[in-house]
Amino acid sequence: MFEKCCDKCSHSPDSPCPDLIACIQDGPLCHTDERCNDFIHQRVERLKRKNIETPVIFVGTATCGLGAGAEKTITEIEKWLSESKTSADIVRVGCLGICALEPLVDVQLPKKSRISFYSVTAEKVRDILPAVFDGKPPVEHVLGQYPQEDTEAWKNIPLIGDHPFFKHQKRWVLENCGIINPEDIDEYIVWGGYSSLSRVLKNMTPLEVADVVEDSGLRGRGGAGFPAGKKWKFAQQAEGDQRYMICNADEGDPGAFMDRAVIEGDPHRLVEGIIIAAYAIHADHAYIYIRAEYPLAIRRLEKAIDQAHELGLLGRNILDSGFSLDIKLKKGAGAFVCGEETALIASIEGKRGMPRPRPPFPAVSGLYGKPTIINNVETLANVPGIIKNGADWFSSVGTERSKGTKVFALSGNVVRTGLVEVPMGITLRQIVFDIGGGIEGGLAFKAAQIGGPSGGCIPVEHLDTEIDYESLKEIGAIVGSGGLVVMDENTCMVDVAKFFMDFIQKESCGKCIPCREGTRLMLEILTSLTKRRSHETMEETFTRFQGVIQLKRLAEVIQDASLCALGQTAPNPVLSTMRWFKDEYEAHVYERYCPAGACTELLNYYIDSEKCKGCGLCAKNCPSDAIMGAPKSPHYIVPDKCIGCGTCVETCKFDAIVISRQDVPTEGVANA
Amino acid sequence: MDPINETIDRVLAGYKTAERSDLIPILQDIQDSIGYVHKDAVSKIGTKLNLPPSKIFGVLTFYNQFRTEPPGRYHIMVCRGTACHVKGSEKILKTVQNTLKIEPGQTTRDGLFSLEIVACVGACGLSPVINISGEFYARVTPDSVREILKTLKSEAKEEAKRDV
Repeated sequence: MFEKCCDKCSHSPDSPCPDLIACIQDGPLCHTDERCNDFIHQRVERLKRKNIETPVIFVGTATCGLGAGAEKTITEIEKWLSESKTSADIVRVGCLGICALEPLVDVQLPKKSRISFYSVTAEKVRDILPAVFDGKPPVEHVLGQYPQEDTEAWKNIPLIGDHPFFKHQKRWVLENCGIINPEDIDEYIVWGGYSSLSRVLKNMTPLEVADVVEDSGLRGRGGAGFPAGKKWKFAQQAEGDQRYMICNADEGDPGAFMDRAVIEGDPHRLVEGIIIAAYAIHADHAYIYIRAEYPLAIRRLEKAIDQAHELGLLGRNILDSGFSLDIKLKKGAGAFVCGEETALIASIEGKRGMPRPRPPFPAVSGLYGKPTIINNVETLANVPGIIKNGADWFSSVGTERSKGTKVFALSGNVVRTGLVEVPMGITLRQIVFDIGGGIEGGLAFKAAQIGGPSGGCIPVEHLDTEIDYESLKEIGAIVGSGGLVVMDENTCMVDVAKFFMDFIQKESCGKCIPCREGTRLMLEILTSLTKRRSHETMEETFTRFQGVIQLKRLAEVIQDASLCALGQTAPNPVLSTMRWFKDEYEAHVYERYCPAGACTELLNYYIDSEKCKGCGLCAKNCPSDAIMGAPKSPHYIVPDKCIGCGTCVETCKFDAIVISRQDVPTEGVANA
Repeated sequence: MDPINETIDRVLAGYKTAERSDLIPILQDIQDSIGYVHKDAVSKIGTKLNLPPSKIFGVLTFYNQFRTEPPGRYHIMVCRGTACHVKGSEKILKTVQNTLKIEPGQTTRDGLFSLEIVACVGACGLSPVINISGEFYARVTPDSVREILKTLKSEAKEEAKRDV
């Protein structure tokens, strides 16, 4: 934390110095003294890790890194260091974004450039570290090296920016993620952090701040894409002495994790954004509503807030500007509907997270009836950059109506999963194939689901659409929070629609009937499409057909009649799959056939009598007792009893179970 | 007083000037300390916040996070996010259910395992993911899940032996 250069420095949270941030970055400013100058200069060099004497090992320890085993890697690194009597500092950083190649370990040796290694599990530590410390980094494990001034670059090691995953990216929000120590406020400051805040408090009025943000064209990154600056101005115009700033870090969209990554990798960027936003709307209280499922993000954010308090960047009279702010953390309790502004407010107030009709909008009457602005994490994390570099800098990137960059969470059946930050207007093909490396296992691309449960699926013929808020809406999807799940040919689109309906139906708050009952009915209809016909009665067949005919109409009514955006957008995944994958629906309805082979109930299972050794393992594990046969002789499946769960396929050690996608058994299959 | 009531009182004592907006944090604290929200806690919170139990139950049952039954020693959370779904988390869930013979929301009779479905844990890059008592297991398969459960079971058995 903050160290004074000498007694002349007077800063403390009680008597703040307006030039604190600039002073930490290149001070001293209030007096001239060689010694102080050296002191601060050295401190900046140390924090920026220039001219280091001890080697530094950086390990990516965000949730994804930990999931891939980063903690075990660290233990192994420590063991190796002590065994080989090598001294090195271990720094835990956030996620660089390339989750598929976690755990990532970077090594920086004195006078040498920082070099990054991928998939460094505990077993690989001893293949890599001794070699690097010997000056011979094993090329096969290298992700790339960082370009650095004043250090010698490694020969024959590519630059990290040339890696196909990073080449097409424009990392503004994720600039520091995976690079700096997220738990050290000083490190954020020496890399330019909090200087935007300092400038805002010293030189800009709240209106000017809102103007810059409006001019930049920054739109809300949470889903709806409302211009952020405009929203702030609503709050400025609202009447009342008390205002609230809320950061929505609930990130309930399944498939989106950029907010978690930003908080885990660079929490101070968010804190800075919140303080600037609160200043712009005259709020002296701010809340961060964060998912309880993100324990690590909560811990790092708590630490960041504490550090900002200690340094006097939060609390009373921040940097002697007369502006005061407190940030409180509120943990969410796992309700997707709390992404809806009014529901989120109800949840902070300690009630059930149920939305209410708007207007009045929260900007007029929000938390405790006071004017309240709710912004998403990524929106706020963009603010420091906009203030620092200006509105023109931000709006120079992007399309006509969508400016700047957007972080997408790339996951599913794609080779390089992770977080990618790209300029608006990039095509989906570039994201999936150039950055993501294409589809796993050489399979064909089928669709990209974008925007979570409120979004839609984009088929292969629209891969070249330039992504922005408007263009995606045209093809039935939304940017949303930026979850992008890639699906290969083995994914069934009816099943995907069913999955989202199941999710929405569980997460509907239940207040309005179109959403509560409508989504349940839609789920029932979709489920009936994926059920086998063997036990169906005439009446059930009739209701199934009736449902299919009404499905589209039902979806439209839910869109029109629901109270909040959760219901209004809930039918989107169904409508978009119906629009682009009509043939797949038809195959399910008319032929009871799943072209992708994913709807297990529509598959038929047979046992190949030549391969079956009669071990009985399948019969033992079959949940519906559908497999018969004497020990040591070929078994058979009773089709009427089979529920199509596929347990037998998993348990059979001889590959004797044959799956047929046709409803009627094909000729020549044994025991059919 | 039994340890559960003592814990509840201790948590409540931490909130000196409690308001309605503290209801969810209080419930979270109680669940963190005893693993679930005990029914005694509801009446005690009611007295403290001057709220009828019905309102508290309303909040308690609305949010997915809260449990009113004790969890198992190993609490298994199966992620059912979109990315995990695409990568086959349904099979993972079925495997856990079949191996442990419990449904989501239930605890095995020996109190060793409990199962919960969560919407998304935000580790989509490594899907499918499960979380057992705070530890993440990435890119799991039905086989590896069975293996993990087996290891935990024998681990618990070993410990029980040592304790005797």
